[in-house]
Amino acid sequence: MNKVLGGFGRGVGRGIIRMGIRFVLMVNKQGQTRLAQYYEYLTLDERRALEGEIVRKCLARNEQQCSFVEHRNYKIVYRRYASLFFLVGVDNDENELAILEFIHLLVETMDRHFGNVCELDIMFHLEKAHFMLEEMVMNGCIVETSKSNILTPIQLMDKTS
Amino acid sequence: MNPFSSGTRLRDMIRAIRACKTAAEERAVVRKECAAIRAAINENDQDYRHRNLAKLMFIHMLGYPTHFGQMECLKLIASPGFPEKRIGYLGLMLLLDERQEVLMLVTNSLKQDLNHTNQYIVGLALCALGNICSAEMARDLAPEVERLLQFRDPNIRKKAALCSIRIIKKVPDLAENFINPATALLREKHHGVLITGVQLCTDLCKISTEALEHIRKKCTDGLVRTLKDLANSPYSPEYDIAGITDPFLHIRLLKLLRVLGEGDADASDTMNDILAQVATKTESNKVAGNAILYECVQTIMSIEDNGGLRVLAINILGRFLSNRDNNIRYVALNMLMKAVSADAQAVQRHRATILECVKDSDASIRKRALELVYVLVNETNVKPLAKELIDYLEVSDLDFRGDLTAKICSIVAKFSPEKIWYIDQMLKVLTEAGNFVKDEVWYALIVVISNASELHGYTVRALYRAFQVSAEQESLVRVTVWCIGEYGDMLVNNVGMLDIEDPITVTESDAVDVVEIAIKRHASDLTTKAMALVALLKLSSRFPSCSERIREIIVQFKGSFVLELQQRAIEFNSIIAKHQNIRSTLVERMPVLDEATFIGRRAGSLPGAASTPTIPSVSLPNGVAKPVAPLVDLLDLNSDDAPAPSSSGGGDLLQDLLGVDLPPASQQSGAGQASKTGNDVLLDLLSIGSPSAPSSSSAVDILSSNSSNKVPVSPLDDLSSLSLSTGTTSNAAPMMDLLDGLAPSPPTENNGPVYPSITAFESSSLRLTFNFSKQPGNPQTTVIEATFINLSSNTYTDFVFQAAVPKFLQLHLDPASSNTLPTAGNGSITQNLKITNSQHGKKSLVMRIRIAYKINGKDTLEEGQVNNFPRDL
Repeated sequence: MNKVLGGFGRGVGRGIIRMGIRFVLMVNKQGQTRLAQYYEYLTLDERRALEGEIVRKCLARNEQQCSFVEHRNYKIVYRRYASLFFLVGVDNDENELAILEFIHLLVETMDRHFGNVCELDIMFHLEKAHFMLEEMVMNGCIVETSKSNILTPIQLMDKTS
Repeated sequence: MNPFSSGTRLRDMIRAIRACKTAAEERAVVRKECAAIRAAINENDQDYRHRNLAKLMFIHMLGYPTHFGQMECLKLIASPGFPEKRIGYLGLMLLLDERQEVLMLVTNSLKQDLNHTNQYIVGLALCALGNICSAEMARDLAPEVERLLQFRDPNIRKKAALCSIRIIKKVPDLAENFINPATALLREKHHGVLITGVQLCTDLCKISTEALEHIRKKCTDGLVRTLKDLANSPYSPEYDIAGITDPFLHIRLLKLLRVLGEGDADASDTMNDILAQVATKTESNKVAGNAILYECVQTIMSIEDNGGLRVLAINILGRFLSNRDNNIRYVALNMLMKAVSADAQAVQRHRATILECVKDSDASIRKRALELVYVLVNETNVKPLAKELIDYLEVSDLDFRGDLTAKICSIVAKFSPEKIWYIDQMLKVLTEAGNFVKDEVWYALIVVISNASELHGYTVRALYRAFQVSAEQESLVRVTVWCIGEYGDMLVNNVGMLDIEDPITVTESDAVDVVEIAIKRHASDLTTKAMALVALLKLSSRFPSCSERIREIIVQFKGSFVLELQQRAIEFNSIIAKHQNIRSTLVERMPVLDEATFIGRRAGSLPGAASTPTIPSVSLPNGVAKPVAPLVDLLDLNSDDAPAPSSSGGGDLLQDLLGVDLPPASQQSGAGQASKTGNDVLLDLLSIGSPSAPSSSSAVDILSSNSSNKVPVSPLDDLSSLSLSTGTTSNAAPMMDLLDGLAPSPPTENNGPVYPSITAFESSSLRLTFNFSKQPGNPQTTVIEATFINLSSNTYTDFVFQAAVPKFLQLHLDPASSNTLPTAGNGSITQNLKITNSQHGKKSLVMRIRIAYKINGKDTLEEGQVNNFPRDL
């Protein structure tokens, strides 16, 4: 009966929480995930399925088409930088244009740190990319929009090491 | 040693994974790495713990399971060094989630770190808490977070603000503690604190009306001033984006103002000036500026009416709509959708542009535009709009056709000014996109056709023509086959010619050709073929000259592997061969289908349909509506317990005519429900008590000759008289049996699985009973209606029911009907549970329950285990 106790609370309704940003994904041209941060819980299988579906949808679109794709009950705002796609899943009432601008801010921040950021920088410094994103987004909301404020703690880390 | 600079082995692993050419190679590398990491974990290796975790994060990102590393995160978090803690917290956020028990163990570490002297460590803990905090943790740690909202460093305050959002969403009761500290944040200068503070206030307003009132009264002026300062601020390099200072903060402020202004004229008035300024002064040639304008328009549309501002906003949207940038057009369409409710007239002005957007090459824009057109349609513009859309249907993308077809059908059905127009448009849609049309749509079409008696001839001829060009559209074929079966004679004799029609000559054998093509086409599905068989039977009586040919076609299906077709073929064949005398009365034209009942049922007003939404509420007598089995016969009456067909031809025929078709696999569950529906349909078909039933052609009258003078009181009476009047007494008994199954309280053995209710829990103060039902076609899932009855003389408040089940079960709880349980006799609480049993048939259900409530403010907790579930659930 251990399992029964272990499962306690599973059935307790988890309210649908509107949270703005649901996830941030970075995916390369081949569709391989290079960074993923989710702000709502999905199981591993759900994540794989979701990433597969939206990457297929977004990568099939051309430059002229708009940067928003509706998927299930939310939207993907995406932007392409060289070989890397930045995909942000947001609730329907989020300001799509602002998210587009936010992606650019994220890329500029990474640029400032890595110097012309590329896919490999993110792959080999995954934890740093995560730290940067963490300084910018928390629980699906934007925390900070100043590049130097975002990077200060990270640079501090580099210095002390 | 620093975990980030000593990542050589991490690098090696990433290189190795990148070098993999196939997925299998990658899996092998990952498996080897995971094995090494597990070994390291078992040896409690301290030095490489952080590196192992970094590797696990990478492996996790690739989509491999990494649960075995979870405890490592906790160990790292508990270690004293900042670098270890940092990667530990990152791992915690990525690898764990709020639902895992491991999380309980981290609460203590979090509490210590929130009180740490190093502010960076406090920041880490806040960030982690903000991302993964559960309700329990929220209660435990809320005081710390509240305190940190006043911390000296703004970087901590901003994180504490977002953490507070998580806490109040998890535990809304805590909201009031945060109102004062949150409003204090609105007076800050630091952008990070401001943006998070504004966000916190927005969420507080959504959760608590008290907070909304407070913030509206105390902070609106301040927020307007902040926005004004921001909009007029000089260039600040740190926050500048395309010449605008911090557009993100602009947007957050506008969002909060929207919440405050909605439904409050005074607050709306306060913000008018600044909104006008933002709407007119913001640069609109860059994304950032447009993002602000977009948000501003949304706020103007939501707050209390100010005519001038609305005009300004609609003009901005007009400008957006004609922008060349697709992103801007997309948001314009999105926004116009919301503007429709505020000012439909202004949106109508852009109708032509919007209609163009429906034809855009970009799927996202098309979808938005279509939704918008859909809400813009009304009685006056339906004709031109429907024409545009239907014309576009011909050239639209295949993956867009489904949506487009559904919308067109809905528009046409909702606003059609006259029946002939409706039928014309529907035929066009069926011709172009018949394969995309949903079942309800063509059922509805048939109901309308059946009711438009003066258009029968016109319709069947139009369908015949359409069939000649679009025989591959399944639902067109079905409607055509049905109409030819019913009105085939009108097709041949040009009955009811309208002035607008071109005359055509169709011979009897041409009409049979159509049905023959339909039945012999390989792509036709069971429904179509079965409908075609019925049509053939009807035609055999209408066209005596083709009777022999029809019999030959029917005979070919006597060998069909599909039981349903085989049975029909055999029965129809014997009708044609042996029962000439009654054939013509048997295959009379269908009585007019009752439109009102159909529409009512479609709206879900049927009591049965309301409680079990999975059973389609539409089922037409002609047809083919059944949740599980693909087929319903003439009368759509089905029950899962069949009396064996007897050898007597008359009895067979009667059963078949009544459409008592009993596919073996259908409806094992939910039979009670289904038979209710069946009963209803029967009523409907016989149109008992319905004034619209024409007395000459109704099946009631044909068969109940002995009671033709009075309106039958119940369908049972009627049907029994019907079985008698055909003179096949040998079959009366099974017939009655069958009808018994339709009675309001069916005997259980006729209805397969109907489970007895159980008393799941009973104490001196409370009784809990479970009622069970199954959803058809889904034997694994049981729907339980739990009813709580208060056995004491006190009212229970804050009543919460929780349940837990073992791993092989999945439990879903719907919200309870109330959280207050009055004393016995004054009401009860009901709550629906849905359980899916992955070991259905092997293991029985079992559940542990916990019921918490307050008696006069005193907490009471009752727990128990439910073991007495009926077997086989």
